[in-house]
Amino acid sequence: MKMGEFHMNKHGGTNDASTVESEITNHLLVQHWRKDFPILHTSLYGKPLVYFDNAATTQKPSIVIEAENHYYRHTNANVHRGIHTLSQQATEVFESARGKLRQLINARHDHEIIFVRGTTEAINLVAQSYGRSRFKAGDEIIISAMEHHSNIVPWQMLCQQTGAILRVVPVSDAGELDINVYQSLLNKKTKLVAISHVSNTLGSINPVKTIINYAHAKHVPVLLDGAQAIAHLPVDVQDLDCDFYAFSGHKLYGPTGIGVLYGKADLLDEMPPYQGGGDMISSVSFEATTYNKLPYKFEAGTPNIAGAVGLGTAVDYLSAIGLDAIVKHEDSLLNYASELMTNIPELRIIGNARHKTGIISYVMAGVHPHDIGTFLDRQAIAVRTGHHCTMPLMERFGVPATVRISFALYNTKNEIDKLVSAIYQARELFK
Amino acid sequence: MNDLRDLYQDMIFDHYRQPRNYGQLENANHKAEGYNPLCGDKVSLTLTLKDGVIHDLKFEGSGCAISTASASLMTEALKGKTAEEALSMLEDFKALVTGASVAKDMGKLTVLAGVQAFPQRVKCATLAWHTLQAALKSSTEPVTTE
Repeated sequence: MKMGEFHMNKHGGTNDASTVESEITNHLLVQHWRKDFPILHTSLYGKPLVYFDNAATTQKPSIVIEAENHYYRHTNANVHRGIHTLSQQATEVFESARGKLRQLINARHDHEIIFVRGTTEAINLVAQSYGRSRFKAGDEIIISAMEHHSNIVPWQMLCQQTGAILRVVPVSDAGELDINVYQSLLNKKTKLVAISHVSNTLGSINPVKTIINYAHAKHVPVLLDGAQAIAHLPVDVQDLDCDFYAFSGHKLYGPTGIGVLYGKADLLDEMPPYQGGGDMISSVSFEATTYNKLPYKFEAGTPNIAGAVGLGTAVDYLSAIGLDAIVKHEDSLLNYASELMTNIPELRIIGNARHKTGIISYVMAGVHPHDIGTFLDRQAIAVRTGHHCTMPLMERFGVPATVRISFALYNTKNEIDKLVSAIYQARELFK
Repeated sequence: MNDLRDLYQDMIFDHYRQPRNYGQLENANHKAEGYNPLCGDKVSLTLTLKDGVIHDLKFEGSGCAISTASASLMTEALKGKTAEEALSMLEDFKALVTGASVAKDMGKLTVLAGVQAFPQRVKCATLAWHTLQAALKSSTEPVTTE
């Protein structure tokens, strides 16, 4: 069968009519979604762009781009202060975005949604506000061997400040957390567990409910790094019962420079402010300052209002499509690509967890990831090469770097065919 | 594809697959480690410098085709050169791969001129040379391209 067609018969079996129909429906649906993203219709080196670096950042639909534009053209003012109409309108759109994010992750209250710059700032906020005020020498923080540097370094800094100790849950050859070791690491000294919901390098979906249950049984709070989960899985923080959940807007089709820290209100209430400044106070005198209530206590200074508006619009966009449809589509891309790539000689996929999102990291004998990256780039295929900010994980798998492809709702099987064909070409060139 | 062919010339592949002067010099009196954190390339350079002349040098490490071939070609080009000449060649080489005009004939090293069209790969091509600079100063600290 010719590559690039509907792929309804890749196993060589008979075409089930309903399968064909669902393939066609899916194809049309994705073509429809693709129209929403202007950058997907650009070309590089005379070829249409194939964007497979979605774990780094996703592309933005027109309505998000226009929402920011519209905000600056028609609504721009500072929030929570002015008595004038624009300021009131800016406050309304900003707070309405907060409400949309609450809905997205099913938090109980709007004030449990703290706007931050992104996942990194969210984790640093918890480390410096929650951790620094409570942890002491000998206390333990559990992370895992698959964490992004942004869920390692803030804790290391905290350990240096407080004398606390990092404990690391190991990762199996398949790329799954060793839950038995995790259980044995939990003890009376454990003060916090900070684990990624989905690995940015391996795509592994971690059993976070189990992780949280074990931790809560020992009264240990859990922070989930949701950067790679938020646009690819339904997230319900009440169902998960996580204590903190961190994610970035730009990985869910929103703007850069805006993200969310979710925290349970009672925990956030007890925490001291992270930064001092305007908006986070109720009253200031030179003798004493009274801090503002949630969420403003943690939002010192003028926030990224346009970013929040853009992110709120991205949430509208995502909700209109529905995460279930996205999961289904990205799963089919993952299965399709995994099967084709497994058949390429000398190619090794790093990360074969039973539960994965649409992320495939791989290495090829005889061809360095960086050379593959350059080769693919000239075919207008954007992938990430390197250590993906997970150097300890690279060490664990004994590779200096990998090539990572990561899917979003607008990717197609035709694009995967182009990728696979380019990998075969690179293999020839480097033979 | 043309600039890809310019980048990955046969000589690059030859030096990538069969790097020259690969290993560690036992009697080295200068050495340095180089690291490119962006792509994970590592190079370790050992050399014997006597009376200001590089008598021998070897490199070891893991890297992409460009960084490996560049290191291999560099070791060939530098044997018998004085430290001063080597440092002057480093400047010429940087000019070569970044697209600045080079007056001198750089011999086999000109095979790396194709890097000009790939600014993201300049660090790969220059890693060994930066490490050389550190080795000549006998800096024991690893150098990075960042």
